[in-house]
Order: sequence, then C-alpha cells, then structure tokens
Amino acid sequence: MNNEKQDHILTYLNKNIRYDGRKKDEYRKISIETGIVKTAEGSASVTIGDTVVLAGVKFEVGAPYPDQLGEGTMMVNAELLPLSSSKFEAGPPSIDSIELARVVDRAIRESNTIDHKKLCIKEGELVWTVIIDITPLNVDGNLFDASALAVLLAIKDARMPKLKDNKIDYKTKTDQKLPLLEEPISVTVLKIGSHYIVDPITDEEDVLDARLTVAFTKDNTICAMQKGGEQPLSEKEIEDMIDLAIKKSKELRVYLR
Amino acid sequence: MVYKKRLDGRKFDELRKIEAKVGVIPNASGSAYFKIGKTVAYAAVYGPKELHPRFLQNPKKGLLRCNYNMLPFSGAGNRVRPGPSRRSKEISLVTFNALDPVVDLEQFPNSVVDVFIELPQTDAGSRCAGICAASMALADAGIIMKDLVGAVSVGAVDGQLVLDLDYNEESYEEGDVADIPVAYIPSFDKFSLLQMDGKIKKEDLMKGMKLAKEGIMKIIEVQKKALKAKFEVKK
Repeated sequence: MNNEKQDHILTYLNKNIRYDGRKKDEYRKISIETGIVKTAEGSASVTIGDTVVLAGVKFEVGAPYPDQLGEGTMMVNAELLPLSSSKFEAGPPSIDSIELARVVDRAIRESNTIDHKKLCIKEGELVWTVIIDITPLNVDGNLFDASALAVLLAIKDARMPKLKDNKIDYKTKTDQKLPLLEEPISVTVLKIGSHYIVDPITDEEDVLDARLTVAFTKDNTICAMQKGGEQPLSEKEIEDMIDLAIKKSKELRVYLR
Repeated sequence: MVYKKRLDGRKFDELRKIEAKVGVIPNASGSAYFKIGKTVAYAAVYGPKELHPRFLQNPKKGLLRCNYNMLPFSGAGNRVRPGPSRRSKEISLVTFNALDPVVDLEQFPNSVVDVFIELPQTDAGSRCAGICAASMALADAGIIMKDLVGAVSVGAVDGQLVLDLDYNEESYEEGDVADIPVAYIPSFDKFSLLQMDGKIKKEDLMKGMKLAKEGIMKIIEVQKKALKAKFEVKK
C-alpha cells in the first residue's frame, strides 16, 4: 500500500541516513517539563521532535483487589485524542490506545516502580489507587517512548493529596511523594528492511516491518517488552534490537535528573 | 450586599490573566492555546475535508463539527472519566452554536471542518475558554470567517455583578451565585452563546451582558494579537 513511501525511506536508509536527515540511532530533540497541570496531583509533558505527550496523575481511594489485600492499585490509560492527529477518531478506545496504555503500564508495573504495599491505608478495606492518563497533543511518531518517559516523570512529580475521614481532600496538598523503587526507561527500536532505527516519525512507522519496545530498570535488567509489526524476528535480530535499545536507554535516563 | 471584595482580589470587571497562542499543534490545519487564569484550552481544526458517511453531506455548504472534552486530570477534584458525557455533549452543541454563525463554508460543499477542544486544566469558564481557543484555531486554519468569537462568563455573586468567575466564585456558598457564560460576535453585535444557572433579576442580567461585552472586546484584542504574532518577522 505504501510502496512509494517505503521505497523512499529505504533508499535513504541504505545510505545510512533518515528520511528527515537523522542518523539511524539518533533521537530528535527532547524536552521535558513537570508540574504543568495544576489540577493533577502530578504531571509532565515530553516533547520529542513534533510529538508532544502530556501525562497526568490523579489519586483515588477504594477497595483493594481480593488477591492483594494489603496493596494499593495503579492504572494507566491512554487517550489518542483526535486533536493530536488526523489519524485518530473520536469514539471508544482504539486498539492502538489500548496497546500504548498496556505497554507503558507493564514497564511501570513489572519493574515495581511504585511500592504498592506503602499505598495501603487499611488492609483489606481501603487503599490508594494511582491513575495515570496519557494524552498526546501532537503525534509525529514514537508515542511509546515519549509516553513512557512522560508517565515516569509525572509519577516522580506527584504529591499525595490529604486523606480526611477516608476521603480525599483534594484541596489540601501535601509534600509527600509517591513511594518509588525503580525508574524504568522504555526504548522502541524499529526494523525497516534490514535497518534498525530509533525514535521513528509517523512516516517511518507507516512502513515498519517490526518494532520492539524494551523497558530497562536502573541496572539494565529488562522489565517489559512488546513486539509489534507484521514481520517476525530472528534471535539475532532481537538481540541486535535489544543492544541498541540498551544503549539508547542510557541517554534517555539523563532526562530523569 | 456582602460580596464586597472578590476572593482572588480582582476588580469586579477584571478578567483573569490571559495567554493566547496559535499554531501550537503542527498536525492540525489550525490550532490555538487559550489560557485564562488557571483554565487552559487547546483547540485543533482539521479540514475542510470530505465528510463521511456521505448521507451527512450538504451539497450547498460544508459542515462544522465541534467536540469539547475535559482531559481526565483536568478537574481539581476526582478524575474525570474519559469519553463523552451528557455534559460534554451539551457543551459541544452550544460551542457549535456559538461558532457556526461566523463560519462561512459555502465554498466547501460536502465537506466537514472538525474542531476538537481539549482542556488539560480547568478552573471554571472552560466552555468559554474552549470557544475562544476554537475561534482562533478556525482563523489560524484559514477558514473564511465573518468575525472572531469571544466568550466569557459573567455572574452575580451574592448580588454583586462580576466578570469571569473562577471556581471559588462559582461555588461561593455564603450567597446566591448566578453563572452566565456568553459568547459575543462584535461585528454582528449579537450573542451566540447564552446559558445561565442560578438566580438573577432581569435588570442585573442586562447589566451583566454589557459587562460581558466589554470583557469580550478585550479578549478579542488578545486573540487578534496572537493571530498576528504568528506572522511577525522574528529579528
């Protein structure tokens, strides 16, 4: 379907240059901002090239899950707003927004980023729920990495609201941060033809053969993965993609400081 | 009359601080950011483009569609559940009614212009901020317009007329509060949005509309300045 575009992008990649002039393992300019949404308990925006993602944290209290009576809960949700791209439509969550939310969720959850045990108010009865919403304002590729970074920054920015008679008093802000144990960084590597690239723009995502999102903890342990795209990958290819992801995750980690 | 001084110290006819910018969403045909006090609105315009399904098409002119949405973390209290609600649908409708009179889509039969309004942070007056942003985004998209539309709320807090209520005023508990969001089209000298809840005497309402007009004229100046700023040559 997108043969012309694919040919064009591949022609450039064969010369070791991207459609937009970048190197294959080069991210676009990244900028971050935290605490920008005053109505959220925590927030951050991440801009990578023309992709802008806003993440916000809200707290609720409720009953724990029956199998984890002494632990708080967490939920990640993504809204692919039609405001942010002509590709998105209003309506029920698309499969893309569900995948994005679940991939970001997995990195946070499986790395034990949030100390859920410390979010217990009364065992078996009342626990904190952390709800993180991802909302892109403009999308030009690489929503996965931008969203994962925005969510982590928003969690780090979050301050717990005050609890009064087992209800949240949203008006009273406290200085108490979320109990955090880890800082996972996600990097998505795309395979187009025989080339591996990071930080794809939308045009590159349109012609991908496969993609691999890998999340790493501080000590470079892999804590979550997601393969996407229609083409399968060999062991060697997976290893190469992980190696590239690990290298780039160290660069992204700088933005957490 | 007990409400002698506004809770945030403003004069009774004083707007909150406004920031406005256009072209903030590169993917869109036109876009705008409008911040008034702590209420922030983004608007993006996509189109004119062919309208599907085709039975909705009008062979005489293009259609304007408006969508108002609060982001889940945009309320000071509980998280706002994503997806359309009765409230957001009604606001989308009145936003359309506020903007449609100035939009001229006769040159684009069978097409649609979509306006998406998103609010990342709110402190009352969100529909008005949305309309202000949408009006700028439409102009930024190069849609033929008869004028800009400005919107603000006026109200009576415990009998005192005030311009541009924030949430604390809207929820003032020591007296009656009337909240009246209005949109105004200067060149028509007409109002295209008028809603109200609370209690107010007719005389006060008419005075309030005058107050709103004055406020909106100031807002329109800010909108125009932001639109012009996009084309200023940077030195």
